[in-house]
Amino acid sequence: MNPARKQRLILILLAVGLFTVSVILLLIANRNQVNLFYSPTDIVEGEAPLDRSFRAGGVVVHDSVWRDTDTLAVTFTVSDNLSEVTMTYTGILPDLFKEGQGVVATGTLNENGIFQASEVLARHDENYMPPEVARALEEARRRGQTPDYNNAGGY
Amino acid sequence: MALSLTPVWRWFHRWTSPPNFYRISRPWAHGLMAVGGTALFVAWIWGLVFAPEDYLQGNSYRIIFVHVPSASASLALYLTMAITAVISLVWKIKLADMVIRQCIPVGLTLTALALISGAIWGRPTWGVYWIWDARLTSMLLQLFLFIGMWAIHTAIDQQKLADRATAILVLVGFVNLPIIKWSVDWWNTMHQPATIRITGETTMVWEMLAPLLLSMAATYCVVAALVLYRTRWEILYRERKTRWVQDELGIRGKA
Repeated sequence: MNPARKQRLILILLAVGLFTVSVILLLIANRNQVNLFYSPTDIVEGEAPLDRSFRAGGVVVHDSVWRDTDTLAVTFTVSDNLSEVTMTYTGILPDLFKEGQGVVATGTLNENGIFQASEVLARHDENYMPPEVARALEEARRRGQTPDYNNAGGY
Repeated sequence: MALSLTPVWRWFHRWTSPPNFYRISRPWAHGLMAVGGTALFVAWIWGLVFAPEDYLQGNSYRIIFVHVPSASASLALYLTMAITAVISLVWKIKLADMVIRQCIPVGLTLTALALISGAIWGRPTWGVYWIWDARLTSMLLQLFLFIGMWAIHTAIDQQKLADRATAILVLVGFVNLPIIKWSVDWWNTMHQPATIRITGETTMVWEMLAPLLLSMAATYCVVAALVLYRTRWEILYRERKTRWVQDELGIRGKA
């Protein structure tokens, strides 16, 4: 390779490499601005804002969903396997809202540490399987043979 | 100069000469289109009709057979463009600029397809068409990058300058590629993490995974064929004043 081309190649690769690495490091350093939601651990540790609305996300804990019989009010607990936060919401939940599945909710934290959601979105995980497989896994989970399959990744 | 005349280098130069590439790319384009098109048809029938329903999403998950192949192919295409842009800037090979120019509309279409199919899936799954998380936002940025490349190439009249500006934009935008790929791991997002993993467990049953992998491989073939076809047109257009193109097309100039 002739010297001029070699120099140009090195220069281009260096420029692209340094630019790419620095932008990515900048974004990773500003994780809080890029993250979509605060995890229950963030909220318990007091990292979430108290004075304004924010998004919180986690997996809905099994047997934690309580529905009011007269209104559309619902209370449930979300977890990231380290901490838990209780959420309240009044309205229609998305179809995919389910125990053991992820949610991302927008709302505010009240003085009792309860998250009052104004919007609840279902967060789908990366697992795909037919109903029979899901039933078998659910059965195994109930017997306590395997850890919760749906909690395996993502949070 | 002495180094650049080595046999490998001479072979490379001859292979990338527009007339030669025009001739050898023809069977490749047709072959890839035939294989990819057939495989895509089979994969879609398989995925839409024969693959089982998902336990949670029911049938709506089937949009994955369009969404994942188009998103994945758009990233692969961008990577190809970035490598080609380095070749163009360092070695000044005419063919490289033609390939980049014709990758733009294909990449733009794939990115738009991924965004639109994702939005259609997002509404019944998440509850919203769109949310500004890291994955969706970086993918939208890729769409804007493709539009920007197209605009910059069209806006500059002088061919060489237009090619160089486009190649530089491709390389500046390269930073977005790892961000799209690993956004779901580096930050928390609405978009789920990868289902198909090279390292680690793939979290999809084989009956769904097989048509998905086939649809991905098929899309890659079709995309490669489209880029080849489009590059061939670009060669004819840019070299339209040369003797070989006029011979090729059976039109003789007056000279």
